[in-house]
Amino acid sequence: MADDKKFAGFICTGCGIGDRLDGGRLETTAKRDGKMQEVKSSEMLCNAEGVKMIQDEIDGGATHVMIAACSRRAKVEAFNFPTVAMTRANLREGVIWVRPDTDEHRETTQEMADDYIRMACAEARSMKAPSPSGEQELNKHILVVGGGVTGMSAALESAAAGYPVTLVEKTGALGGHLAQLYKKSPGKAAPRGLPNALDAEFPGLEDTGVEGLIQQVEENANITVHLNSTLTKTQGAPGRFKAEIATESGSTTEAEFGAIVQASGFTPYDANQLPEFGYGKSPDVVTNLELEKLAKEAAGGPIKRPSDGKEVKSVAFVQCAGQRSEKKGHLPYCSGFCCTTSIKQAIYFKEQNADCDTTVLYTDLRTPGAAGEDFYRAGQQKMVTFSKGEVSEVAADGGLKVKFKDLILDEDTEMDADLVVLATGQVANTGPDPYAQLAFEEAEEGSEEKETLRKALEVAPPSILNLEYRQGTDLPLLKHGFADSHFICFPYETRRTGIYAAGPVRRPMDIQQARDDAAGAAMKAIQAAENAGKGRAAHPRSGDLSFPTFRSEGCTQCKRCTVECPFGAINEDEKGYPVYNESRCRRCGTCMGACPVRVISFENYSVETVGQQIKNVDIPDEFDEKPRILVLACENDAYPALDQAAMSGVEINPWARVIPVRCLGSVNLSWITDSLNNGFDGIVLMGCQKGDDYQCHFVRGSAIAHERMSKVGDTLESLNLEPERVAVYEVAITDLERAPKLINDMAETIDKVGMSPFKF
Amino acid sequence: MSDLNTAMTAKYRNNFLKEVEANVEEGEWVKMCMQCGVCSGSCPLGKHWEHPPQEIFMMIRAGKRDDVLKSDSMWMCTSCYNCIVRCPRELPITHIMHGLANYAKRMGLAPKSQPTNQFSQLFWDNMMKKGRVNELKLGLSLYFKDGFGDGVKNAMANQQLGMNMMKAKRMAPMEIIGGHSLKDVSGFQKMIKKAHEIEDQNIQDFS
Repeated sequence: MADDKKFAGFICTGCGIGDRLDGGRLETTAKRDGKMQEVKSSEMLCNAEGVKMIQDEIDGGATHVMIAACSRRAKVEAFNFPTVAMTRANLREGVIWVRPDTDEHRETTQEMADDYIRMACAEARSMKAPSPSGEQELNKHILVVGGGVTGMSAALESAAAGYPVTLVEKTGALGGHLAQLYKKSPGKAAPRGLPNALDAEFPGLEDTGVEGLIQQVEENANITVHLNSTLTKTQGAPGRFKAEIATESGSTTEAEFGAIVQASGFTPYDANQLPEFGYGKSPDVVTNLELEKLAKEAAGGPIKRPSDGKEVKSVAFVQCAGQRSEKKGHLPYCSGFCCTTSIKQAIYFKEQNADCDTTVLYTDLRTPGAAGEDFYRAGQQKMVTFSKGEVSEVAADGGLKVKFKDLILDEDTEMDADLVVLATGQVANTGPDPYAQLAFEEAEEGSEEKETLRKALEVAPPSILNLEYRQGTDLPLLKHGFADSHFICFPYETRRTGIYAAGPVRRPMDIQQARDDAAGAAMKAIQAAENAGKGRAAHPRSGDLSFPTFRSEGCTQCKRCTVECPFGAINEDEKGYPVYNESRCRRCGTCMGACPVRVISFENYSVETVGQQIKNVDIPDEFDEKPRILVLACENDAYPALDQAAMSGVEINPWARVIPVRCLGSVNLSWITDSLNNGFDGIVLMGCQKGDDYQCHFVRGSAIAHERMSKVGDTLESLNLEPERVAVYEVAITDLERAPKLINDMAETIDKVGMSPFKF
Repeated sequence: MSDLNTAMTAKYRNNFLKEVEANVEEGEWVKMCMQCGVCSGSCPLGKHWEHPPQEIFMMIRAGKRDDVLKSDSMWMCTSCYNCIVRCPRELPITHIMHGLANYAKRMGLAPKSQPTNQFSQLFWDNMMKKGRVNELKLGLSLYFKDGFGDGVKNAMANQQLGMNMMKAKRMAPMEIIGGHSLKDVSGFQKMIKKAHEIEDQNIQDFS
């Protein structure tokens, strides 16, 4: 086996590397310590000549390539050799740019560079070029769950891109909530440069267009619609999902899909929880959705109030009804669509009868979207009265009396109304919390915890996807019952690879946003199906061919990997061994970090590849006064922050040796113990922000790492070392000053507590 | 005037916003206010106003007719135009303030002892006499507006200023007798009277 391997090292002396470092010594290090059979230098390795030099060596049989030049994040197009195992030693951002160019520092700077070369060579020696497993094939079929505006749009978008769609709708008709509306608010803003005149033509009411949308879906040969149907079973992985679609009558169909879009939408908030606003006490207090029904019945004529059919002459809209409130049973969040909806509904009245008194009582008027502000002005133009007031009560004895506090005039006041409309919000249609299911399964029979969980699960909504996953039947939730997805960075991604959430199931939104969402999620689903077909990872390591494997003979069936995987990628077989679903895996390595017996590895990233880097750092004698600090930095945020800091010339002490990791979640405790045993004086771990407003690309990786590291104190104690030698931080990509400072702080800490006694 | 006030109150009953929209100069903009409060924050005299512009607009919508028209707030406006420049909705706030003050005056509701209101009346009366403003008499009437004693005190305090103005030919002492005038004063007075009638009629006739 070893005979097949041929190691080649390449050292770039450009960008000032050659001026600052002894190139000859670097070559010697790579050859002698790094055991590279061939070592070549170039004054500019990233130009055509340099790249050709590397390619020639690969063509000549090199299987493992070590490139010592700039950061692995730079020049990725030039140094792109997918057929070999490649490592990069970061001499530019990692060494010369973070150290001052003076004679007194020359020695330590050179030592830093030599170490990085040793580390990169060691890494190269312990890895393999990744190749796809051949487990997958391409399945272009997309499954869309939900037949509302989001689901229909997602289906049309996918079909238009040439990907056949199966759409599953629980009710007997397409259209969802959109079909219940009389009109919709405008999607486009007023033209640019529209003069601010009182008679300016602002965007107004629009037809919902739902019939057209339904027709398009029904006529599209690429879309198959299943009405009155639900998913009773979903298993597999991107590229090979297998779903069982059951109709109400009990007949089932089974089909295979490449990816899934979950557009299960929302349920209107239950206004029965708002007795203080007279809901349920008077039929003339209605929700915004109920008003749509009244408007539809009126069909352009005067809207009649439900109690006695009298034409409505005055109407009050109560904004944030049961929303943005910490009261029990209320929604703590803003549903984002209701202010615009109230403006729209006030215009229903005004267009029919300009003398109808319409008052919108709001605390903050929020009209998101391009047309929002213009539509607000359209309402004002039509004399809709907007009063900044907080409604405390709607008294329903006799006529309706809305009691509110005027927040501008700071006084309690009230108004009479024929009809009161409550602007109620959206509740996500998600399934039961999969982690509650998991916890229930893991809890001890008869324990109090098990009972609490059982009760919680009994009242949980029914499952939507019925996933046959180790980690529960549905998409994991984040806050307030919405599906977990990163609001800014990766909105459609969920924590189940290849299943994308679109529309109000992931956050409250309006029609236009839902349509945009649908397009985004459909594109992601197509990507996922295509990537799976090629055996490549989905976001965020898109294109990565490596995948985790495990040595079954070493596995103790502890199940930590199957429980901790943030994406529920790993199932268990009947003996309790992990079953990897390659295309469900995001390649973060959290399983690898979890494994106590170190049997999980990727071809190009393993306990060994990092462990060897740690072992190959030269540890000077205790009396040399040259400590060594191991920095394990997340490649998504912390490592680029350090690169950026280097570009801005922020100094880092010469004792630090930075190793990028895929995610802090992949850090195996053995790296910590090994490095301490090898004589490292301090360890700095840098992951991303965790918690509800996480920035971790792998959602839970950083949080899991923090949890594991909280127990590292025991290890330190057993070694008789000071606990401050290991520090775990949350670092953002913008922490240009802070990230280097954290490393320099560790150097100061070592100054205080002294050198590690474990140097040999 | 108070007849007109009674008429207007009856006509618009509780919809003061409509009354303002129909009768106050630039009043049709009031409905477009979005209550951001930038005008109130920008007004250099804002803290001396009983109700800053944002609040006035809200009071109009809330139908607080008397509170608005009897307020001295819009009389405090110095026409610095900060609010107009800054209003994100581009409301002509300064003009609306003057429009409201004017309307309040016509309704006979403007606060009598408000100095700007008082001065405006003195200015108007002075001008109506000859069709020209007699500066000397205007100055004196302002000094003596609070009675003889205060008038003498004010005059003594500004004695030196007056002397200097005379020396510089900025004030003509002979204006005290008669003063300069239009050719056809009674024609001018008739014209203004007619204009007034038309305006009142317009207000009453306006939808």
